Amino acid sequence: MDLINNLSLGFGVAFTFQNLIYGFIGCLLGTLIGVLPGIGPVATIAMLLPATYALPPIAALIMLAGIYYGAQYGGSTTAILVNLPGESSSVVTVIDGYQMARKGRAGPALAAAGLGSFFAGCVGTLILAAFAAPLTEVAFKFGPAEYFSLMILGLIGAVVLASGSLLKAVAMIVLGLLLGLVGTDVNSGVARFSFDIPELTDGIGFITIAMGVFGYGEIIANLSQPEDKREVFTGKVTGLFPTQEDFKNMIPAVLRGTAIGSMLGILPGGGALLAAFAAYTIEKKTKLRPGEVPFGQGNIRGVAAPESANNAGAQTSFIPLLTLGIPPNAVMALMVGAMTIHNIQPGPQVMTSNPELFWGLIASMWIGNAMLIILNLPLIGMWIKLLTVPYRWLFPAIVLFCAIGVYSTNNNTFDIWLVGAFGVIGYLFIKLGVEPAPLLLGFILGPMMEENLRRALLLSRGDWTVFVTRGLSASLLAAAAVLLIVVLLPSVKSKREEAFVEE
Amino acid sequence: MKIKSQKDFFSGLMFTVVGAAFGYGATSYNVGTGARMGPGYFPLLLGAILALLGAIILFKSLVVETPDGEPVGAWAWRPLFYIIAGNLLFGILLGGLPSIGFPAMGLIVAIFGTTIVVSMAGDEFKFKETIVLSIILSLMSYAAFIMLLKLQFPVWPSFISG
Repeated sequence: MDLINNLSLGFGVAFTFQNLIYGFIGCLLGTLIGVLPGIGPVATIAMLLPATYALPPIAALIMLAGIYYGAQYGGSTTAILVNLPGESSSVVTVIDGYQMARKGRAGPALAAAGLGSFFAGCVGTLILAAFAAPLTEVAFKFGPAEYFSLMILGLIGAVVLASGSLLKAVAMIVLGLLLGLVGTDVNSGVARFSFDIPELTDGIGFITIAMGVFGYGEIIANLSQPEDKREVFTGKVTGLFPTQEDFKNMIPAVLRGTAIGSMLGILPGGGALLAAFAAYTIEKKTKLRPGEVPFGQGNIRGVAAPESANNAGAQTSFIPLLTLGIPPNAVMALMVGAMTIHNIQPGPQVMTSNPELFWGLIASMWIGNAMLIILNLPLIGMWIKLLTVPYRWLFPAIVLFCAIGVYSTNNNTFDIWLVGAFGVIGYLFIKLGVEPAPLLLGFILGPMMEENLRRALLLSRGDWTVFVTRGLSASLLAAAAVLLIVVLLPSVKSKREEAFVEE
Repeated sequence: MKIKSQKDFFSGLMFTVVGAAFGYGATSYNVGTGARMGPGYFPLLLGAILALLGAIILFKSLVVETPDGEPVGAWAWRPLFYIIAGNLLFGILLGGLPSIGFPAMGLIVAIFGTTIVVSMAGDEFKFKETIVLSIILSLMSYAAFIMLLKLQFPVWPSFISG
């Protein structure tokens, strides 16, 4: 059994003292930012990327991955206790979770979220391990034409499944692709769009964009709203353990949530947020058992299903990244950046050229999930205390760490001016109702797309039909077209809008 | 003609202008042909697509009715100003501005300056609290970035440390 061998190699790597420590730091930080509303994994990972320069690549990736799935755990705590989503993927958990807390059942709600997440995380990791090898085989058959088509599919998928206006999201991708082209062209050596600024010939750092748009932009938007009166159910968390009745209700919900989350995570644009939405919608469609609390009034299934789904989705969204080198969402786009910083070219060759890294990362996720369940359930009191920290202490710290982070990437103040500019742009995006996540995806994929387009057309001597005459490429493009058509169908369109308005 | 969606109108305008600007900029590089793409080929293509998408969004904003006109709303000038100013101040204090001969003040001074300015972005500003926060952040940053991660930062003003 290859899988067993590979996993044992992975666990060998993940169980070293150093990697355990960094995995733990990642999970701890992930829970921390998950609990705190107003700061998400994208900004945090961007902030910490510079700090990982000094680490060995495997430790760095284990830590950054931990932040992402750790945030899925932490987000539910805030959702349940404060009626605020700590993380965007916990938006739906708020609905039933908070109602449970109001009825004095915060304990079982937290336990349902934690146990569901743990189960989903384990399954998601297994799926990741099982699917990685066969998918990598497929990826090796890819030529430049296929890669280009795959990226088109990935980018289209990313916006189709995202919320908000489709047109604007596609425009944001294209804008991201363009920004990704700033700097020296690798083929001709021409510095493009650099305005004779020496710092710009190296291109815009994606850390700079991520921090400016996601960090500063969000903070400014948060501050422009009056602070909510937070009602925190701190003293009332007693009796963590769900009753037998609760278990009967939540187990099928956890199973369904895990299945949906695992599937949606693999899809481009999927990941945690969409998985949680879909899982909640499906739970609502199933029939209530006699005597069960209706949805919206504190049904435990309304907590268990989306929380399982978002964690499963967070786990399986690593599949396209690790096997194809294509990031399915903004967090994975940052992971691409993290890998490139450490001179690892993301893609199918990672598994063969860096097997310790590949399997070590996967094994670390299982260990990380185990750490998280301990961090989140018995130690829940610590996180509740954290919720009493006012935002006015947090945002100066976030701005400061962003500024230190961008400076330290190149030890250059130019990046600080640039991150300020992107902060203004990020706020502008929020005001204009355009989502910034597709921009980051486009930004990461820009140079890769250009390179593959160039190669594909060079091989075909300028013949654009190469993308449809090669079978694999044609089917990828066809899939992208089908996705677009399906979303634009009037019936689906109204459903899609409905689904995202429901929050 | 009336704008039916303010948000779409301005975002469409933004995409069109930015797309056109990138496209125009791309023509100053060698565009080449499909088989031999020059550095201007892909940006020109993308710029045109972006301008086109922007134009469609713009057109829709003038035609498709929305219930409330989707106003952009008031700008939060105060947080916008203080957050960005705090960020820029960090760069100035940390690295100095050689062009006007402003000396580098180092990390600690930069942390105090940034924390104070950024804190003013909030609704409540308490000076004492902000100073305490600055001290805590300075200690944390020194421990994490200088001692633990050994990042190369000027810590103290250049005229003291030399």
